Amino acid sequence: MSAYLRPATLDQALLHLAQGDWRVLAGGTDTYVLTDARALPFSVIDVAGLPELAGISQGPGGVRIGAGTTWAAIARADLPVALLALQQAAVQVGGRQIQNTGTIGGNLCTASPAADGIPPLLVVDAQVELVSARGVRVMALSAFLMGPRQTARAMDEVLTAVLIPQQSLAGVSRFEKLGARAYLVISIAMVAVRLNVEGGAIRQAAIAVGACSATAQRLGQVEAALIGTPVSQTAGRVDPALVGAALSPIDDIRATAAYRVGAATELLRRAVTGALA
Amino acid sequence: MKVDFTLNGLPVALDVPPTRRLSESLREEAGLRGTKVGCDAGDCGACTVLVDGDPVCACLMPTARVAGRGVTTVEADDADLNALRAAFLRHGAVQCGICTPGMLMAALALRRAVAAPTEQQAQDALGGVLCRCTGYRKIIAAVCDLTGTNAPPPDGPAVGQRMERLDGAIKVAGDSFGADEWQDGSLILRAIRSPHNHARFAFGDLAAWAQANAAHVFTAADIPGRNAFGVIPAFVDQPALAEYTARFRGEAVALVAHENGEAPDLSTFPVTWTPQPALMDPDLAEAAGAALIHAHRPGNRLTEGRVIRGDAAAALARSAHVVQGSIETGFVEHAYIEPEAGVAWMEGDTLCIRACTQAPYMDRDDTAAILGLRPDRVRIIPSAVGGGFGSKLDISLQPLLGLVALKTGRPVRMVYSRAESMASTTKRHPARMTGQIGCDADGRITGVEFVGQFNTGPYSSWGPTVANRVPVHTSGPYLTPNYVAKARAIHTNGPVSGAFRGFGVPQAAIWQETLFDRLADKAGIDRLAFRLRNALRAGDPTVTGQMLTAPGIHECLTALQPHWTRALRDAAGVPGRGVGVAACWYGCGNTSLPNPSTIRIGLRTDGTLVLHQGATDIGQGSNTVIAQIAADALGLPVGAITLIGPDTALSPDAGKTSASRQTFVSGRAALAAGAALRATILRMANMGDGAVLTLHGPTIIARENAAERRIDLAALPPDALGYALSAQETYDPPTSPLDPDGQGSPYAQYGYGAQMVELAVDPALGTVRLIRITAAHDVGCAINPQLAEGQIEGGIAQGIGLALTEEYIPGRTENLHDYLIPTIGDVPPIKSLLIEVPDPEGPYGAKGLGEHVLIPTAPAILNAIRHATGAEITRLPALPHRVLAAIQKALK
Repeated sequence: MSAYLRPATLDQALLHLAQGDWRVLAGGTDTYVLTDARALPFSVIDVAGLPELAGISQGPGGVRIGAGTTWAAIARADLPVALLALQQAAVQVGGRQIQNTGTIGGNLCTASPAADGIPPLLVVDAQVELVSARGVRVMALSAFLMGPRQTARAMDEVLTAVLIPQQSLAGVSRFEKLGARAYLVISIAMVAVRLNVEGGAIRQAAIAVGACSATAQRLGQVEAALIGTPVSQTAGRVDPALVGAALSPIDDIRATAAYRVGAATELLRRAVTGALA
Repeated sequence: MKVDFTLNGLPVALDVPPTRRLSESLREEAGLRGTKVGCDAGDCGACTVLVDGDPVCACLMPTARVAGRGVTTVEADDADLNALRAAFLRHGAVQCGICTPGMLMAALALRRAVAAPTEQQAQDALGGVLCRCTGYRKIIAAVCDLTGTNAPPPDGPAVGQRMERLDGAIKVAGDSFGADEWQDGSLILRAIRSPHNHARFAFGDLAAWAQANAAHVFTAADIPGRNAFGVIPAFVDQPALAEYTARFRGEAVALVAHENGEAPDLSTFPVTWTPQPALMDPDLAEAAGAALIHAHRPGNRLTEGRVIRGDAAAALARSAHVVQGSIETGFVEHAYIEPEAGVAWMEGDTLCIRACTQAPYMDRDDTAAILGLRPDRVRIIPSAVGGGFGSKLDISLQPLLGLVALKTGRPVRMVYSRAESMASTTKRHPARMTGQIGCDADGRITGVEFVGQFNTGPYSSWGPTVANRVPVHTSGPYLTPNYVAKARAIHTNGPVSGAFRGFGVPQAAIWQETLFDRLADKAGIDRLAFRLRNALRAGDPTVTGQMLTAPGIHECLTALQPHWTRALRDAAGVPGRGVGVAACWYGCGNTSLPNPSTIRIGLRTDGTLVLHQGATDIGQGSNTVIAQIAADALGLPVGAITLIGPDTALSPDAGKTSASRQTFVSGRAALAAGAALRATILRMANMGDGAVLTLHGPTIIARENAAERRIDLAALPPDALGYALSAQETYDPPTSPLDPDGQGSPYAQYGYGAQMVELAVDPALGTVRLIRITAAHDVGCAINPQLAEGQIEGGIAQGIGLALTEEYIPGRTENLHDYLIPTIGDVPPIKSLLIEVPDPEGPYGAKGLGEHVLIPTAPAILNAIRHATGAEITRLPALPHRVLAAIQKALK
C-alpha cells in the first residue's frame, strides 16, 4: 500500500526519510510520468510545500534558490544578469502548466541529460545543499550529477537549495536551446554561457552544454580559448574541434551525434553573441 | 484521505487516496468530466485546470496538494470564461473539442493576467496544450479577440453561411467523449499486450490468477464468434485477441476485468513470452526466404494495385527532360488527443457499446461477427470523438468491451492509456517510393513511372485501399498521357498501418511534387507555371481514363499566382528564404466500390424537425454541414433542426467518416431527403417549388404568391418512428470498376487544391521556420466557409508534422513528448482561398475536402526548403540534422 506524507517541516520529512522506504515528491511533473496508475503506486513524502525549501534570497555570499521554487517563480524573480540564462531556460521547461508546478530541485534530482535548467546552473558554479537527519552537505552541481538519472543524493537526503556563489554572479549570461518544434521541446542540444568582460575583452568565461553527453557539462578548454579575446571576436573563437573533443553525444531519434557537435558549436556562438550584445 | 478545497467557487470534500491524480478525482469523485485526460504525463495539456489561478496539468497533481486551495475547471460559470467560450465558437476555434477545455483554461489564466494579449502572448500561454484538429490559428484569433457578438443560425438559406457549429455549445462546456460516461458498478477493463514486435506466448494458470486478484480474465478461447476482423471483407485477418502468436508490439492477447478500486498488478499476469525474429524492414520481409507473417500471402505481400496507361517507358525515352528520384517516409501516428475509450452494457438481449468511432455500422457488424451475434443484437452509440483522422475507422476496444459485457452481463468500461493507444492502433503507412517523370521541351508531362512499397504491418486494415488509391493518384492533378504506377502493401511486424487522412496519397504526392520542382528547373520553367501548364482541364482524361467534369486545379493554381509572385520577390536575395508550391487532387468516396449514405429527416407531431445525422462528426463539422444542406433542401431554417446522431439503433447508415465523403455523399443524401420531405409538404399544400415554408409550433405554413396553406402536424397520424411527415433517402456515388490496368472511373467526384509555403531555413542548424502558408482549395461550394477553413488549417498542421517532425518508432515514441506533433508555435499564419468550381454530383456543387488539405503541405515545404538551400530531402521527417546534411550535400 502506498503512503503519502506531507510533513509541515523539513525535520519531520528527514525523520521519516531516515526510517522508511520513501520517495521524495517535489513538483511531481517527473514522478507522475513513472506510472500510468490513477495514484502513485509507491510511498512518497511531499516536500513541495516545505517552508525550508521555499523562496529565493540574495546575500553577500551569493544567491540561494530554495529547491521547491518553481520554474515560473524563477522566471519572474528579480535576479542578477548572470542568471538570465537560468530565467531563459525557465520559460522553456515544458509549458506554463509544468513551469507552474515543476521545481528546480526536482529537476536536478531527476537528472535528465536533457534538463534545460542544468547548463545555466553549471555556468554559475552552482552548488546543491543536501540535508538529511545525519547532517548537511554542500557539493558542486557538477559532482552531484553522476550520470543520466543518477545523482549523489542518498535516499535519506532532501535537496533543499541551490546555491550560487557571489564570485560566480559576475558577468552576463545567455541560454540557447535547439529542438524540432516551438513548445514542449525536449532539447536536441542546449547551451549556456556566462561571460565577464573587462576592458573590451573576455576576463572570465563559463560555458556549458547539455543533451550532448551523459550529463550536461562545462567545456573548460573552450572557455580557456576565449579568455582575453576581444568582444568582437569572441563568438568566432568557439572552436568546433574543442567542442567536439569535450562532448560525447549519441545518435538518437532526435539527431545524429555529429549533428549535435556542430549544433552545440553554433548555439555557443549565438549564445556568446547574444550575451555580449 | 479527505481533501477539502474550493471547486469552481464552492467548497467540496473528496475522500480519495492522497496521491490520486487531481484529474481523476475531478472526473471520478467530483463528477466533473469536462477535464479531459490525453496522456497522464503533462505532454498534452488537455487536463489543464487552474489552481489558485495558475494553470497546471491536473494529471500531475496529487489531490492532497489542493487542500485549502481553489480549483477552477471548465465547468466554472465565470464571465471571462464565458467570453472565451463565445469567442471560440465565433472564430471556429473548436473542432472535435477534446483539447477545448484545456485550451480554455490556459486562455482564462492569460486573459486574467493580460487585458489585450498579443498573438505571441497567446502562443506562450497556450504552448502547453496540444490540438490535433484546428491548426491552432483560429484558437489564437479567439484568445486575442473577445469582442463581437455571436450570430444565431440564419433564418434564411444556410448553405454558404459562416455559421457556428450546431454542436459548439456543448463542446465549449466540455463534451462527453468515450471516457466520460459510465454506469455505477461498471467493471474496469484492461488489456494484456505484447511487449515484443513478434512473440509466441503461453498462459499459466489464468483461473488461479483471476481468483487471487478478484478479476475476470478472458482470452481468444472465450471469443464465441469469428476471432478476426478487418475493414475489407476479402482481407479479414486481425484477431481481436491474438492466439499463440503476437505479431506486433501492443497486440492484445488477454483481458482483465476488475472492480473499480484496487487494480490488479498486471505485471504478475501469468503469460510467458517467447520472442521470435521480427520482420521490421519491408525489404527484408519481401526478400526470398523470409518467414511469412501469413502463410497464404507469399512474399509477405498483402496486395498490389496498379494503373497503366499508354507506354511510359517509350515516352520517357523520348522526353526532353527526365528526373528520377526516391523518397522514404516513416510511420505517422494520428495522435488524436482522445485515447480510445468506451463502455458496454447489456439491455435485454442487446449489447450496447458507447465508444469513440468513425464508422458505427462497421463497428456493429465486425463486433457482432467476433461475438457470434446477429448485427441487430449489437447497438453502437458513438460518443463525441476526440479526433480520429482515420484510425478510429478500425475497431479497437469495441469487441473487447463487448466480449466482457456479454460474458459477465455487467457494464464495463475501458480507457486506453496514451502508450496503449499509440502502440496498438493504426499508423500512416511508411513508404519507399521511386521512379521517374519526363516532360517535353515545352514542359508538358510525357510520362511517369512509379513504384511504391508501403509497409502495412502484420494485418490488412486499410492496406488494400492504400495500394489501390496510390496508383490512381500519383500523377497528381496533371494531364499524364503515359503512366505506370504500382503500389504494393507489404506485411511486417511493425504497427498495423491503416487509414490516415489521404490513404497513402500524401506520401505519393511528396514523391511526385518534389520531382516536379526538379523537372521544372530542368525545363527552365517557373515552378507554378509548370504546374499550370500541366493542370487537368475539364474533359481531360485522368490516368485511369476517366473524363473529368469539374476539375478546379487550374483555378487553384491561378489563385496562388499573385501570392507566388509576391512571395518570390520577398524571398529573392534573402539567405535561407524559400518558397514552395505543391498541388493535390483526391477522389472522394470509396475506390470503385459501393459507398452509400442514408439520411432521414422528419417532422414530429409537435413540430419538432429532426435530422437523423448519421455522418459521424469527428470534429470536421458534419453535424453542421449536413444540417445546413438538409435545411436548405427542405426550405426551413437550420436552427429549427434537432439532431439525432449516428446511433445504429436510431439513425440509418450514413457510412463511415473517411475518404472525404461526408459532405459529398451524406450531404447529397441529406439534400435528397430534405427535398423529398419538401415535396411531400408541397404536395399536401398543393403548391409549387416556389413556395416558402415556415414552421410555427405544430403548424407548417406554406405561402406562394398570395396563397397560404396550413398543415397541422398534430392532426397527422404519426408513423412507427413518431413522425407526422418524414423522408429517407440514399445516395450512392456512381463509379465503375477498374480493369486489370486500372482503367475506369473509380470516383464520382474529385477535389483539388494547391498550397504555397514561405519559410526560412537556418543554414547552420538546419531548422525550418515557417513564415506563411497560402492554400487554395476547390471545394465546389463552400457549404460553411469557416468549417472549410478549419479543415484547411488543421490539415496543414498535420502536413507540417509529416514534413518536419513526426515519426513513430515502436517502443520508442509511444508518448507525446518523443512523438512530436506541431504545437501552437509551429503553425504559421494561413491564408485560405476557397475556390468554387461546382461539381455536378455534389450537393449544391460541394466537393470533399477533409483529406485534400493535408496532401500539398509536406511537398510544398520540401520544395521551399530546396528553393531556399538546394537541399533535397529524401527521408522524412525533415528533422534538423537531415536538413543540414542535405544542405551540405547540395553544397558539394
